[in-house]
Amino acid sequence: MNSLLTVGKNILPAKRSSVIPGFGLTMGFTLFYMSMLVLIPLGGLVLFTTSMGWEAFWQSITDPRVLSSLRLSFGASFIAAILNAFFGLIVAWVLVRYTFPFKKVIDALVDLPFALPTAVSGIALVTIYSQNGIVGRYVELLGFQIAFTWIGIVIALTLIGLPFVVRTVQPALEDLEKELEEVAASLGATRWQTFKRVIFPAIQPSLLTGFAMALARAIGEYGSVIFIAGNMPYKTEIAPLLIVIKLEQFDYTGATAIAVVMLIAAFLILLFINLIQWWNRRYSDEN
Amino acid sequence: MTGTVTLQAKNKNRSIVQTESTTESPLVRWLLIGTALVFLLLFLILPLLIVFREAFSGGINLFFQALTDPDALAAIRLTLFTAAIVVPVNLVFGVCAAWAISKFKFKGKSLLITLIDLPFAVSPVIAGLIFILIFGSRGWLGPWFLSHGIQIIFATPGIVIATLFVTFPFVARELIPLMQAQGTEEEQAARVLGASGWQTFSRVTLPNIKWGLIYGLILCNARAMGEFGAVSVVSGHIRGYTNTMPLHVEILYNEYNFTAAFAIASLLAVLALVTLVIKSVAEVKITGDQIQTKL
Repeated sequence: MNSLLTVGKNILPAKRSSVIPGFGLTMGFTLFYMSMLVLIPLGGLVLFTTSMGWEAFWQSITDPRVLSSLRLSFGASFIAAILNAFFGLIVAWVLVRYTFPFKKVIDALVDLPFALPTAVSGIALVTIYSQNGIVGRYVELLGFQIAFTWIGIVIALTLIGLPFVVRTVQPALEDLEKELEEVAASLGATRWQTFKRVIFPAIQPSLLTGFAMALARAIGEYGSVIFIAGNMPYKTEIAPLLIVIKLEQFDYTGATAIAVVMLIAAFLILLFINLIQWWNRRYSDEN
Repeated sequence: MTGTVTLQAKNKNRSIVQTESTTESPLVRWLLIGTALVFLLLFLILPLLIVFREAFSGGINLFFQALTDPDALAAIRLTLFTAAIVVPVNLVFGVCAAWAISKFKFKGKSLLITLIDLPFAVSPVIAGLIFILIFGSRGWLGPWFLSHGIQIIFATPGIVIATLFVTFPFVARELIPLMQAQGTEEEQAARVLGASGWQTFSRVTLPNIKWGLIYGLILCNARAMGEFGAVSVVSGHIRGYTNTMPLHVEILYNEYNFTAAFAIASLLAVLALVTLVIKSVAEVKITGDQIQTKL
């Protein structure tokens, strides 16, 4: 049969080297559907931006209210992604290396933020962390407030970015060669030295990837944040919310200008992720 | 960006033999486990529990009263209707895209894969904004549609289109790596033995990708029913008409009708839990299929 297949391959012209049918149909539908739903609408957004002119764009995004919303969105997302990188690494480590009760259930629950609608996590978080909430009332005793401040925003963004770091670091930890750690130990390294010099460098690319994904997701997040944020202009108003407000006022130009800044940030992060993966593949090929 | 972590990587479960020299002292071990559990408790488990506690805080009668309210029923109907259109359409797209990408060689393949992921990089609110620019009453095509009596924004079509956009990559991105790993040999054999194109797909490919398909479907469905940002922008929030379940939760909450808001939210939370269970089963099955393929 193998020889039969090779014969078939050689007879048919190079472009149709496969006996499998359906390329025209499936590729045609894929390109058509993707163009109609994603590419042309996104292209339209770019077109709309270029037609508004540089001055209008600049004026929109240098408005103090817009600037403070962008600063808040990027800043809170960055802190949330850092928190996720730190705790996500610990969660991934614990799930891969140790055994404890209900480990399988907890492992499955890590994906909850992917499955739980953001509005649901939003109202749940504000109930927990507001002044009367089961956590908020104790925090209040310590003299500060979580709900309706930037801290609340960071908490909501940490929740929705939580799975990214865990799910990128987990496979990297599983793939680690145990022998390397034994070698390090037998050469006299302490456990912390082994982690710092052997384990961490190996999982660093996936940790960075997870961090970047959590960051990108957090910048665009809307549903889970608006309930806990308080939404005070200049103080706790995130950029996606300001887009919604501007749309309600039919200020399409202002809304698009903010959207463009956020899209550029998202694409830069995407580029960063691709660079890490490209670098990582080259690095592992060399070894 | 939901679900951007590919399934393939997760399934390489390798058991690691622990020895004295390559693990931590019990104190450090339990400190790390404790930290992880407290973190997950505060950010995942507590919110989940709160949803159910608040939903039943007014008693079971109030809970059912909230769910059978006409506006709530309308929201449930609209959410089911939207998912019933969105999930099959994106399923057909996902299978087509995965078939073209995994079974054939062509230039620009990695560009195509990147483009399929594009909606994950776009904030849901921006997705809504794009369709307002196109179909809104002051948009490019909106006035034309309106003059023909078709309203898209602030109506069901807009909700469906925005949901199609945000759930666009789900099925495709689960199937592409799975089908690439499976290769084309079985399909080639089927063709040589005289199977038609459709027979090859339905009898050879489909059984192989069944669980990957279910995995993609269930995540696509969860997002379709739970999407908030994109739908919120295009919906117009008309009670009983253009409110999906997540939007109805928001309205009830903002009216300080907390019990009713959490009652609807608890339905969505059950959906999320069912999704996680099916997802876990699918992951086990996919790993099994992969081992079988290798043998």
